[in-house]
Amino acid sequence: MSIDIQKIRNDFPILNQTIHGKPLVYLDNAATTQTPQQVIDAISDVYTKYNSNIHRGVHHLSNVCTEAHEQSRIKVQQFINAKHSHEVIFTRGTTEAINLLSFSFGETFLKAGDEVIVSNLEHHSNIVPWQLLETRLGIKLRVIPITDEGELEMDEFKKLLSDKTKLVAVAHVSNALGTINPIKEIIDLCHAQNTPVMIDGAQAIQHIKVDVQELDCDFYVFSGHKLYGPTGIGALYGKEEWLNKMHPYQGGGEMIQTVSFEGTTFNELPFKFEAGTPDYNGAVGLGVAIDYVNEIGLETIANYEHELLEYATEKLLTIPGLKIYGTAKNKCSVVSFLVNDIHPYDMGMMLDKMGIAVRTGHHCAQPLMQRYNIPGTVRASFAIYNTREEVDQLVEGVTRIAQIFA
Amino acid sequence: MTINEIQDEIVEDFSVFDDWMDKYTYLIEIGNALEGYKDEWRLDQNLIEGCQSRVWLHAELEDGKVVYSADSDAIIVKGIVALLVKALSEQTPDDIINCDLSFIEKIGLKENLSPTRSNGLVSMVKQMRLYAMAFKAKMG
Repeated sequence: MSIDIQKIRNDFPILNQTIHGKPLVYLDNAATTQTPQQVIDAISDVYTKYNSNIHRGVHHLSNVCTEAHEQSRIKVQQFINAKHSHEVIFTRGTTEAINLLSFSFGETFLKAGDEVIVSNLEHHSNIVPWQLLETRLGIKLRVIPITDEGELEMDEFKKLLSDKTKLVAVAHVSNALGTINPIKEIIDLCHAQNTPVMIDGAQAIQHIKVDVQELDCDFYVFSGHKLYGPTGIGALYGKEEWLNKMHPYQGGGEMIQTVSFEGTTFNELPFKFEAGTPDYNGAVGLGVAIDYVNEIGLETIANYEHELLEYATEKLLTIPGLKIYGTAKNKCSVVSFLVNDIHPYDMGMMLDKMGIAVRTGHHCAQPLMQRYNIPGTVRASFAIYNTREEVDQLVEGVTRIAQIFA
Repeated sequence: MTINEIQDEIVEDFSVFDDWMDKYTYLIEIGNALEGYKDEWRLDQNLIEGCQSRVWLHAELEDGKVVYSADSDAIIVKGIVALLVKALSEQTPDDIINCDLSFIEKIGLKENLSPTRSNGLVSMVKQMRLYAMAFKAKMG
C-alpha cells in the first residue's frame, strides 16, 4: 500500500526546522527516532491531568495513572506477542535491560567456568555487562566471528556452542552495519541443548515484526526512544519460568512483598524487577508510540524503509571511493560507509553544516571497528518519515565533501 | 609575536570567509600542512583519546619557551590543532598559562571546542596548559 509520508512528517514537529540555515535532514534514527505529536501530547497529559505515583495509591489520580501504566505494559505485551503481560519488565532502556539480565541471571545461574556467547558485531551494551560477570563470577565470554560482509559465521557459532554455554546473547540487528542476524536459527540451535537466548532488539523493534512466542527466545530487550517513544523507557521481555527463578536486580519500593529486619520477601512478576517509582510517564509515552506504529503498520514501515535503504545504497555507491561496511544479504535501514580516507568525524561535521544529521565514529561497537581495522564509519539510518529527497541530499552532500578532500 | 598578536592575526585570516565551506576548506588546508610530528612521539602517553577523533600532543622546553607539536587523525580537527600550536608554541609557560584563548570563538569554531564534542580538542587545550605549568615548576 502507498503511504502519505508528508502526512506522517507533519506528526513530527521537530522535523520542520532549519539547521545552519538548511532544512533538517535527520538520518540518525538508529541512535534515536523522533517523537510524534501524539506521544508528546500523551506525556503532556500525564503531567497536566493525572500525574501521581502509581500502585498502592487509594486515591483517584493514582488509580488513573496506574491504569495507564499497566495498559502500556499490555500494549508492549501485544506488540511483541508475549504470552503474559507480567513477562514485560519496564527498564530505562536496552542497556539497563541487559544489565538487569546479566546481574540477575548471573547471580542465579552462572558460576566460574561457565560461558556466555556474544558476537563480534554487538553494541558495547551487550558486551560490557558480560565482561563485568567475567570479573565478578569468573565466567568466560566467547565471541561469534563475522564475515567481511558483516554476517555471523554460523559454522563457528556451532563450534563455540558447548555444554559450558549457559547463555547466548546476540543482536537481532547490528546497530553499526544493519545486518539482520539469523536469530531463529540461533535460538533453535541453542534450545536443542537447552541453552537460553537473549536477543538485543534495540535496532529491530522499530523495523521488524517481533513475535517472541514464535521466535521462542527466552529474553528480548529494546528501548522506547528508537521506537518513536520517549527516552528513559525500555523493556525486558523474559519467559515467566526464567524470571520467576531469577534473583531480583535492585532492591527498594514496589519490588517487595513484606520487609522486616529478619528477612524480606519479594513481590511477584513483573514488580519483583521494578524497584522504585517507575517511569510511568515514559511507559505511557511508549504505549502511545506503539499505537502510532501499529496504526501505520510495521510491515508498511519495513517495506518503505527497505526501499529507502536500497535507493540510498545504490546512489551512495555511485560516489567514487565510497565503501559500504555491512553488505549482508539481510539488512535493515542502516548504511555505514567511508569515502577514501576521509575521517568519519570530518565527514560528519561537514554534513552537519549542510543540515544533515548522521552519526559518526565507532557506534559503541569498537570490537567491530577493530575487526574492519577502521576508526569508525559514517552511518545514515532511516525511519518512516525519511524521504528519497533526503537521500538525494545526503548523496549530494557526501559528493561535495569528497570533492573538497580530493 | 605575543599570543594575542597571533590570535588577532588568525582572526584576521578568517575574517575573509563568510561561508562555512570556505572556512572548512581553509582548515583542511592548514590541517594538511601541519607537519613535524615525529613517529617516536606517537606514544600512548601523548595520545588524547576523544570518542570521535584522536589528537597527539608533544611538548618540550627550549630556551625557556614551550615548543608544541601535535597531530590528529581527523583533518578538520588537525586544522584547529594547527591553529592552537601556532598560537601557543614558542611562548613562555607564564604566557601560556595566563592567556585567554578567544580566537576559537571569534572565528566561529567554538562548537568544536565544546566539552560534548568529544574530539579531544578540549583535552588538548587543557593538556597544553598542564605542560606549561609543569615546565614552569621545573624552571623554578
